[in-house]
Amino acid sequence: MIETVDQIFVLLEHWLVGFLPVFLQPAAGVVLCVVAIIAGFPALFAVTVLLERKGLGRMQNRIGPNRVGPLGILQPVADGIKSLTKEDIVPLKADAVVHFLAPVYLVVVVFMGYAVLPMGRNMTLVNMDAGLLFYFAMSASTELSVFMAGWSSRNKYSLLGAMRAVAQMISYEVPLLMSSVAVVMITGSLSLNRIVEAQNQYTWGLPHWYIFTPWGFAGFAMYAIAATAETNRSPFDLPEGESELVAGYFTEYSGFKFAEFFLGEYVGMLSISGLGTTLFLGGWSAPFESLGWVPSWFWFFAKIMMSMCVFIWLRGTLPRLRQDQLMNFAWKFVLPFTLLNLMVAALWRFMGDGWARWVVCSAILVVVYVAMGRGGMRRKHFGPRSYRYAE
Amino acid sequence: MLGEGILKGLAETAKNFAGSFVSAERLTTVQYPEQRIAPIEATRDFPFLVYDGGNWEAGLRCVACQICEKECPPQCIHIEKSKDKKPDALGKPQFYPARFDIDISVCMSCQICVEVCPFEAIKMDTEFELSTTDRFGGLLFDRKRLAKSNEYYHGIHPTEAAEVDVRLAKEKAKVEAKAKAAAAASAAKAGAPTTKPTVGPAEGEGRA
Repeated sequence: MIETVDQIFVLLEHWLVGFLPVFLQPAAGVVLCVVAIIAGFPALFAVTVLLERKGLGRMQNRIGPNRVGPLGILQPVADGIKSLTKEDIVPLKADAVVHFLAPVYLVVVVFMGYAVLPMGRNMTLVNMDAGLLFYFAMSASTELSVFMAGWSSRNKYSLLGAMRAVAQMISYEVPLLMSSVAVVMITGSLSLNRIVEAQNQYTWGLPHWYIFTPWGFAGFAMYAIAATAETNRSPFDLPEGESELVAGYFTEYSGFKFAEFFLGEYVGMLSISGLGTTLFLGGWSAPFESLGWVPSWFWFFAKIMMSMCVFIWLRGTLPRLRQDQLMNFAWKFVLPFTLLNLMVAALWRFMGDGWARWVVCSAILVVVYVAMGRGGMRRKHFGPRSYRYAE
Repeated sequence: MLGEGILKGLAETAKNFAGSFVSAERLTTVQYPEQRIAPIEATRDFPFLVYDGGNWEAGLRCVACQICEKECPPQCIHIEKSKDKKPDALGKPQFYPARFDIDISVCMSCQICVEVCPFEAIKMDTEFELSTTDRFGGLLFDRKRLAKSNEYYHGIHPTEAAEVDVRLAKEKAKVEAKAKAAAAASAAKAGAPTTKPTVGPAEGEGRA
């Protein structure tokens, strides 16, 4: 029974595909999985948008949307209908083809990333040996879409937003990769399935998730920062800083194309949370051995929704960074720290079992973290702002 | 230490999030169509015409002097002066507006018409739910729509209305005293009680 519930989606797929002739079955199975992903994650996107609007409201002591349907739960439907019925405007001077392709490309690329994510036991669409590499190839391609949108709009705000976005995404791509490389070093595989299996072990009922090791914790923190910047989320949402850039690279988009950018952004967040879950939080494995009877896909989706809540929480808390702060943070703090984390992961690997590696690795990371924090803040003066030119 | 401020901030928003479910005082939202808060006394949006007494047409304080029409920056007021005269609140024969239209789709709520009116006839209203399906006719207010009683004025701007009443009463007393003096003088001059009163007391005074 437990086994059936755990494998319910796999069994459902086999049952549906069973109606077709044998030579069609492999192709039909893939198409079915793709349809499930393309239908399922936008549904989660709708849930996330609702959670975000209600949650942010509560954090600011507001009520949030509560008009459409009971408690406002139909708000995403209303938003969807609104964006579908809005006029689609293409600026006269815009490059119409590229302008049209940019959102389409974004959505396609973002969904491609899901191909390699293990969403439950035996629930990986394509079990690639170099799944992590494929994922990063796909997530890095979103930069192209952003730049296509900014360049083709022929609008200074769009272009500035796109420039910022590309600079930011390239800068944070590096620490994102570096923090994942530590996981690859310890696991010895680029396959995401293997990474999850390596974490799906228990000692005294507690899991072997990488976040519970010193290098894994540091790596996860750096991964979370880089992922937030990579998806252009607050506090790193400079590319769409509405106070200075209208809406950034999608200023000139309206109607459904705008909705596609919106969808791409949130589905990208879900997918990068999925990767973070897979790499550091044990993927679909249960948090306690005693909870092993709960279906594996439940844990995966619970974990990514928890990550989304953290994203929302951060957005409700932190103000936007300045461009130079953003770049300094990426190159002077996050990148050196992830490089150090690689060394620590190597040390962890070669010190063998025992308590000594816990002490040594934790000590190195904590000392360097504190020292870098102190060093970075030394010449910063916090206090009332002084104006040099205007009083 | 680095990151301390972020943790403090996260704790603050978490407190807000949890607190908003527990204590209703935290939520400042007024859910408008169902809940309303009384407007503050200084609220103003569009002008209206004040009338005294029970009959809006007879009691309008406006004498169609057209100062407001000329002063109105976006020129949203249109007045047509009457051909005949009617006695005003002080009993003096005055013109009255045969037509008084304000296009509130043009009005910018600057209150200049109120400032320039020498007769305290035009004041600012607080009514704001003026949306209509007819954007031309529905937003062009004629004098019937604009006329509102002095009691209504007292209701929305009590302090200001009381001041206006005092001022008007003073003016009226002055006029009456003058008339009395003139009557006495003319009576003394003529020596005969045949003088007819030039000014009669106004009828239908509705002022509190």
